[in-house]
Amino acid sequence: MAEDADRKEVAEKRRHRLFKYLRKEVLPTAFCPGCGCGIVLNCYAHAVDELQLDPNDIVAVTGIGCSSWIPSPYFLGDTLHTTHGRPIPFATGVKVMQPDKTVVVIAGDGDLIGIGGNHLIHAARRNIDIKVFLVNNLIYGMTGGQLAPTTPLGISTTTSPHGNVEHPFEIAELVAAAGASYVARWTTYHVFPLMESMQKALTKKGFCFLEIRSQCPISYGRRVGQRTGSEALQEYKESSVRIEDAAEMSPEELEGKIIIGKLIEREKEEFTGNLRKLNVELRTKKTGRSPEEWSLS
Amino acid sequence: MIEIDEELCKGCGICVDFCPLKVFETSDKINSRGYYPPLPVKEKDCVGCRLCELLCPEFSIIIINE
Repeated sequence: MAEDADRKEVAEKRRHRLFKYLRKEVLPTAFCPGCGCGIVLNCYAHAVDELQLDPNDIVAVTGIGCSSWIPSPYFLGDTLHTTHGRPIPFATGVKVMQPDKTVVVIAGDGDLIGIGGNHLIHAARRNIDIKVFLVNNLIYGMTGGQLAPTTPLGISTTTSPHGNVEHPFEIAELVAAAGASYVARWTTYHVFPLMESMQKALTKKGFCFLEIRSQCPISYGRRVGQRTGSEALQEYKESSVRIEDAAEMSPEELEGKIIIGKLIEREKEEFTGNLRKLNVELRTKKTGRSPEEWSLS
Repeated sequence: MIEIDEELCKGCGICVDFCPLKVFETSDKINSRGYYPPLPVKEKDCVGCRLCELLCPEFSIIIINE
């Protein structure tokens, strides 16, 4: 009996270590059973825990959709739950005014690519120091499974009952080409590399982008024969190809595969630093006083 | 060792299917919300890789490595 009590106590301590990053009064989550959003939240909480970051130094910005629920309400920290598709403009504002904070955007594909696609491309071009974790479930899940710009060719959805005739976005490649500092793609099955990648993104300067392929058993999975989270994860396990191996494969062999790994990592000048430098330079020239002599008025 | 908070579990079965050593089995008792939580039947086999802890979408599993 005494052993049992000890065990409970140790577990409680360990659980408490993780739960200090979560609003535990709202747990269990509102996600469907087997949803990938919970796995992303889990990896994110573990990544923040491993880095020993103070949650008060993180500002999480999010939009509308299932995956926007990951930081708000579950992650304990400052959160902005913004209008549909606009988390990146809000995050840009936060980062420019509070450059010391780590600004994280966690949102879905409908939000970041569908509604706010242009914001994403331009934030990558500016190379502003925000971390974008895109949870890509290939569909608009919350509203009942409508066609998203990431839905693969031929899949029937609520708004494409006879099959999708549009090609999907290859979003990680797009963001890498637009000029981001760090881009990687993982799935919810690859939890350990995903966690390491999140740590890398949280500590690297510049625009960091992670595409996380995630399952939606309710709105997407039932249309493609992945009715449970396990079936989708099994599919990810079997159809994922490391980017190093993909370089030696032909386009026919890569058909239907998910290329995982780090797409790009480079050092590049960052937007907020450049903006601040220019600001100081012009203000010094205009007032004739160095930044130390500036008063708040 | 494996600690499971049965009340947080939604019975998705990811831990049962993906444990490399097949430590879990689905319990035949339901929790207060009507889901079947996992049962660590072969807990002695567990090597503490923490895959189930990270794959669990509900923070229901905690692994403690002594």
